[in-house]
Amino acid sequence: MSVLSFRNVWVEYGSKIVLEKVSLDVAEGAFVSIIGPSGAGKSTFLRLALGQEAPSRGEILLDGEPLSPEPGPDRGVVFQRYSVFPHMNALDNVTFGLDCAGSPLRGRLGGKARKAARETAKALLARVGLEHNFKTYPRALSGGMQQRLALAQALVTRPRILLLDEPFGALDPGVRLDMHGLITELWAEHRLTILMVTHDIKEAFKLGTRVVAFDKRRHDPQAPHRYGSTAVYDFPLDDKKSRVVPPVLAGLSAPSTPG
Amino acid sequence: MRRLLNARPRVGGRLLLGLLPILALVLLYLVIATARHTENPRDKITPIPAAMAAGIQTMAFEPDPRTGEVPLVADTKASLRRLGIAMGLAAATTLVLGLTIGLLPYVRASLGPLVAAISVIPPIAVLPILFIVFGLGETSKIVLIFVGVTPVMVRDLAGHVAAIPEEQIVKAQTLGASTWLTLLRVALPQALPRLIDSLRLSLCPAWVYLISAEAIASDVGLGYRIFLVRRYLAMDIILPYVVWISLLAVIMDLGLQAWSRTSFAWAHPPRNVR
Repeated sequence: MSVLSFRNVWVEYGSKIVLEKVSLDVAEGAFVSIIGPSGAGKSTFLRLALGQEAPSRGEILLDGEPLSPEPGPDRGVVFQRYSVFPHMNALDNVTFGLDCAGSPLRGRLGGKARKAARETAKALLARVGLEHNFKTYPRALSGGMQQRLALAQALVTRPRILLLDEPFGALDPGVRLDMHGLITELWAEHRLTILMVTHDIKEAFKLGTRVVAFDKRRHDPQAPHRYGSTAVYDFPLDDKKSRVVPPVLAGLSAPSTPG
Repeated sequence: MRRLLNARPRVGGRLLLGLLPILALVLLYLVIATARHTENPRDKITPIPAAMAAGIQTMAFEPDPRTGEVPLVADTKASLRRLGIAMGLAAATTLVLGLTIGLLPYVRASLGPLVAAISVIPPIAVLPILFIVFGLGETSKIVLIFVGVTPVMVRDLAGHVAAIPEEQIVKAQTLGASTWLTLLRVALPQALPRLIDSLRLSLCPAWVYLISAEAIASDVGLGYRIFLVRRYLAMDIILPYVVWISLLAVIMDLGLQAWSRTSFAWAHPPRNVR
């Protein structure tokens, strides 16, 4: 059963076509990596899934229902930066999702509910390795720890699908490796469905159960903006052997040359 | 020899260096005042410390026989009351307008241009209108300060709220926050330290408007007093009053700063002492 479905989705800004004829089904429990050169519409694709943007044609379905055209608690997200709230400590950052769900007026739980929420949050924080930083503000956390916090924060509301926008792009190689381990474990433990946009092809093949490459299928040298990107390659990765970057993608990581 | 731009004074030295120019100015004044006093003992323009002490004595420690109140205390109370009410109203208005204009595109589209237009009107130019509409009493003075500082504060806060990264706003929504909760728990807490900063900066023009309004139409207040005794060239009263006003302004500024640092510590990154 597919969690998220794109049916013949187009995104056009005036005469400029960004995405064309995107049809994609994300299966329950899949870890889909989205790759492609800069300007291939990866981010636009993620904005569609988030509801930050609506398609100009086609439809997007979440669990078979049309996706509401604004971000909601059914879709969690971790961005490359600014994912956590700077004015809340780690614990408050994680309980925020529970506060919103349980207290629509004050945005703060009280009494038993508050205690339960804090226990849930503490357990999640401990799971991502922040058990010593409950009271720490994001500013005092390293980049990797901030992303760990962002993951815990996104998971607390149990989203149907987790959207990751280059989540490890700004991290040091060593830290990135640790994060790869963490996200793989979380994915398995929480039975998550993940859609991850990344620049790093190796990362895409290492983490994903499926890799989708976005690029322009056709190119008009006189009017490059008239052709949009679409999913040009779709690799299901069922076994370890297939987790090698196929030679056909070697050129995709290079920046696209316009005109 | 180290480059000048790398030479740093030590903590104690920095304090001394900061005091030095102030002491030099005081000394310069004393030299001039003494010289003028020896030439003309009845000189009123640069009173010597003894004359100022006498002025302070009459204004700050002896009740006015006509009203029965100590002038400095009555003036300070009246002025601070006007300033306090005006700044309180300005802060409340700024919070409501700044948050909504900064966060909600519809409010920004409808109120943004109005606030921008009002903020370019020189407030003193509307003072006559305020006197006509609100009379010469307390209201017109408070409204002048309010009108003078609020538009700039609203624009500043709206800009600050609008600059909250889009990622945070989206993140809040993916965590189930409504418009109200995003405003209450994401925008408001991040706006408060900025509002305090804005208040600190606005206190300067606020004092200008207060003293202007008091100078033109009032019967009590710090601005009223210095403009009243100006007629008698009473520098022995004006100078202590100016020092007192500066002291009040400094205390308010430090108080607001301390409030921001204690209540919103997250907004104050530890400074690298250079």
